[in-house]
Amino acid sequence: MEPFRRTRGGGVRAALAPTETSLLRSLVGQVITLIAPDGPPQRQLDDLLDWDAPADEPETPDDPVLARLLPDGYRDDPTASQEFRRYTESGLRSAKHQAAQEMLDTMPETGGKFQLTHDQAQAWLKALNDIRLALGVRLGVTEEFEEQWGQLPADDPQWAAYEVYAWLGAVQESLVQALA
Amino acid sequence: MSVAPAEVDLPRSADNPITDKPWVTIVWNDPVNLMTYVTYVFQQVFGYPKKKATRLMLDVHHKGKAVVAVGAREAMEHNVEILHGYGLWATVQHDN
Repeated sequence: MEPFRRTRGGGVRAALAPTETSLLRSLVGQVITLIAPDGPPQRQLDDLLDWDAPADEPETPDDPVLARLLPDGYRDDPTASQEFRRYTESGLRSAKHQAAQEMLDTMPETGGKFQLTHDQAQAWLKALNDIRLALGVRLGVTEEFEEQWGQLPADDPQWAAYEVYAWLGAVQESLVQALA
Repeated sequence: MSVAPAEVDLPRSADNPITDKPWVTIVWNDPVNLMTYVTYVFQQVFGYPKKKATRLMLDVHHKGKAVVAVGAREAMEHNVEILHGYGLWATVQHDN
């Protein structure tokens, strides 16, 4: 990968290898599926028209990844949290879905150089962060990530996922640096 | 898309005590979010200068949490909604 650099118009540019592109496509696709379990277009439409608004109050998701992507709004007040979720969760899901879809839509087809506008770069930033949050929760990443990774035997099945997680951090870091 | 500054309430600090705004937006430490990213988000969302955004980020990192805004409940809920959009772990709290 060529790291992100700022362009004159306030956007960014970078280059991805074909394997990196297919990896990112796969990861962002998984976030899309996770965020909109009913399938993206249908779900979006339903959200828009509020057809399938749940009769029950939305609860904190059982899946720890979803619970991290769609966190409680209050720490020690379940009632206030539920109320907050009732008004915000659907919009948050849509926003995350939209950012992930925009990342997918603006990614080079098979790798290579590409440019993003400032707005597209913001979508990438959020979508990349959601991918890292999802992967980080699944791996049980702590602040001592480097040590965690270092202690893994090379034949551990999670080794590759740690490597991907570290790479995603570098990608996001270069995007933040280019935008900041 | 750059998010417009949500609320321009001043955060609590020693030299700027605010006593009549009893709700706060808290950001909690998180092992995933990058330090540079959290700083950038504070700048984007609250319009804070880089120095202040960095100080708040370091508070989150070292103390486990930081109050990033103070104000009316609705405004704090709006902040939290936006911060969740960026993937930060934020909550609203009554500042007793």
